[in-house]
Amino acid sequence: MWDYSDKVKDYFFNPRNAGALTDANAVGEVGSLSCGDALKLMLKVNPETDVIEDAKFQTFGCGSAIASSSALTELIIGKTIAQAKLLTNQDIADFLDGLPPEKMHCSVMGQEALHAAVAAYTGEEVDEDEHEEGALICKCFGVDAGMIERAIRTNKLTTLEMVTFYTKAGGSCASCREPLEELLADINKEMVAEGAIRPEEAYVFGSAPKPKRKKAQGFVIPDAAPAPMPPAQPSAPIQIAMPAAAAPVAVAEAPQPASGLSAAKEAILVSKIIEEMRPTFRRDGGDVELVDMEGSLVLVSLVGACSGCQLAASTLGGIAQKITETLGRPIRVMPVARS
Amino acid sequence: MKDTVLPPVYLDNNATTRVFPEVVEAMLPYFTEQFGNASSIHAFGSEVGGALRQARKSLQKLIGAEFDHEIIFTSGGSESNNTAIRSALQVQPGRDEVITSAVEHPAILTLCDWLEKHEGVTVHRIPVDKLGRLDIDAYRAALSEKTAVVSFMWANNETGTVFPVDGLAELAHEVGALFHTDAVQAVGKLPIDLMSTEIDMLSLSSHKFHGPKGLGALYLRKGTRFRPLLRGGHQERGRRAGTENAPAIIGLGKAAEMTLATMAEDSARMAGLRDRLEKGLVQRIGHCFVTGDPHDRLPNTATVAFEYIEGEAILLKLNQAGIAASSGSACTSGSLEPSHVLRAMDIPFTAAHGAIRFSLSRETTEEEIDRVLDAMPGIISGLREMSPFWSGDGAQPDGFNPAYA
Repeated sequence: MWDYSDKVKDYFFNPRNAGALTDANAVGEVGSLSCGDALKLMLKVNPETDVIEDAKFQTFGCGSAIASSSALTELIIGKTIAQAKLLTNQDIADFLDGLPPEKMHCSVMGQEALHAAVAAYTGEEVDEDEHEEGALICKCFGVDAGMIERAIRTNKLTTLEMVTFYTKAGGSCASCREPLEELLADINKEMVAEGAIRPEEAYVFGSAPKPKRKKAQGFVIPDAAPAPMPPAQPSAPIQIAMPAAAAPVAVAEAPQPASGLSAAKEAILVSKIIEEMRPTFRRDGGDVELVDMEGSLVLVSLVGACSGCQLAASTLGGIAQKITETLGRPIRVMPVARS
Repeated sequence: MKDTVLPPVYLDNNATTRVFPEVVEAMLPYFTEQFGNASSIHAFGSEVGGALRQARKSLQKLIGAEFDHEIIFTSGGSESNNTAIRSALQVQPGRDEVITSAVEHPAILTLCDWLEKHEGVTVHRIPVDKLGRLDIDAYRAALSEKTAVVSFMWANNETGTVFPVDGLAELAHEVGALFHTDAVQAVGKLPIDLMSTEIDMLSLSSHKFHGPKGLGALYLRKGTRFRPLLRGGHQERGRRAGTENAPAIIGLGKAAEMTLATMAEDSARMAGLRDRLEKGLVQRIGHCFVTGDPHDRLPNTATVAFEYIEGEAILLKLNQAGIAASSGSACTSGSLEPSHVLRAMDIPFTAAHGAIRFSLSRETTEEEIDRVLDAMPGIISGLREMSPFWSGDGAQPDGFNPAYA
């Protein structure tokens, strides 16, 4: 079942403002039975002040459609027409503490019904249909087939890479690669038939190069020998809390340095290793800083692209390996929050 | 509030079933004591081989296979289906057409879409009528010397409608094609005697009849040419590589034994409860109807379509009342299309979106059915009051005209 927020559940099980509003003077209707959701939004607007004094809804749809409709009425009651026009579907989703990506279309339906009702009140033209369409292809970014098709057609996209650049689809976990490839190949085929692109340009299913595997940068030791660093001169921003001699626990945990180096010398070596590896991380848009060293534990903070990166574990593994080799004793590297 | 104190009612047995406690008990020793590989010589696996043989024989009885080696254990119904269709295409060079129905499970339809699109296979999808019955004339017309395999489900997972597979198999053999049936919903619910039919291949799944998940089987009639899907070790006589899932197979055997022992009485009782449920719902709630073929369908499946409301909303309310069911609604699956089965049966959109499937098991009681009958009218009327397509006493055909359709 869907992972609905408590607020979505609350607004579904106890909907506010459900039912017909008999004295409505602005009504917006969107959706249809065939697409599986429909919403009738009824507003009572004060013609003098343009304030929405009351709003009610009737919805045909799933739990999140009903919750979104109810949330919408709560959001707009008391607002002026001009204020209500600024409301976006994201506002509805935020009000409900978020919606599953597959269900974002429910919030879009709310926004559309509002636009239709406002248009009915002011006599404007109704906005073009922005209702989402087609199967949800990329779950990470919530991109559906309709949006991808529009991007491919408008921009004459013929590679998977370009589709990802334009729509973000497939840019994260890439598990939608196969349906994405199929969609691109199908649409390109149609575009060739329509004369929009040349046959040799069209994407052929299965012809995409293998996804480039990002080199696990943490393991890569630069080919060129690192510039010799003046020894015992840790760079300024790095602060090392020395293992306190008075902390017997930490000392007990720490195996005796096999290298016979003092704790301070070890700390200097460690900071040097991390300094040497930093350019590699920076190339990838991240950074790593030494925070502390306690016995066999080296604490670092990951920033930028490194933090939250799925490769963080292997990055840390790379650092640990290098330090272990240098110090000659097992070291664990742990990420910590920046103080 | 008082509903929450009552034990939950599970009426989603076509999705999966509760594993019988006896089945769990039978499986347990094979996790921690007799955990050895059945292929090993030593004592840790010595009893496993015998237990596997026993399980195979129990399943053989349940499906009426002539020989126990006609059973190939797999990871489930989907693997069995994929194996059967791909094998049938590979062993018959020159035949590159598949015939199936429009209402199959995605395990068949998605595979067929792929084969059609990427592997040069022609696929005929035979339509059904409003009761979900196969269009036999269209089937006859599609059969030819090019047909490699025909695959029709034994019983439909959504409506319970049963296809006359034995007759359909004979028709397939007239043109020399192989016949496969996806019997995932039928095994354990209907009496099956494969040796008296012409069916070449049959897929089944353990967790649909109170066995463990992650296990299924492919029945392969003796003498049927075959190409494995998974190659590797010699397991299943070289037809399905991979170390046997011994505890699960033994659990499946126990479940098969228990199911067969009481199938006749269970079926009759379930059918009675199903009828009580259907009649009660139709009597108490207007603007709804039962789908599927009333004359030939599973004893445990009732799919009722409620007009002007959406299935997921009904399910959420049912869940609140402690009742588990499922729907053919679009919203529960994440796609915007309602059930392909109900659409193939030409059930109007107004009702297809609001179709709810109650699937019983032999553990279902009369009291549970009555709880559903008590809960449903309030749920349906509450949601209809919120629906723009509903006007109080019925449909509102012209009152609601959205900006786009």
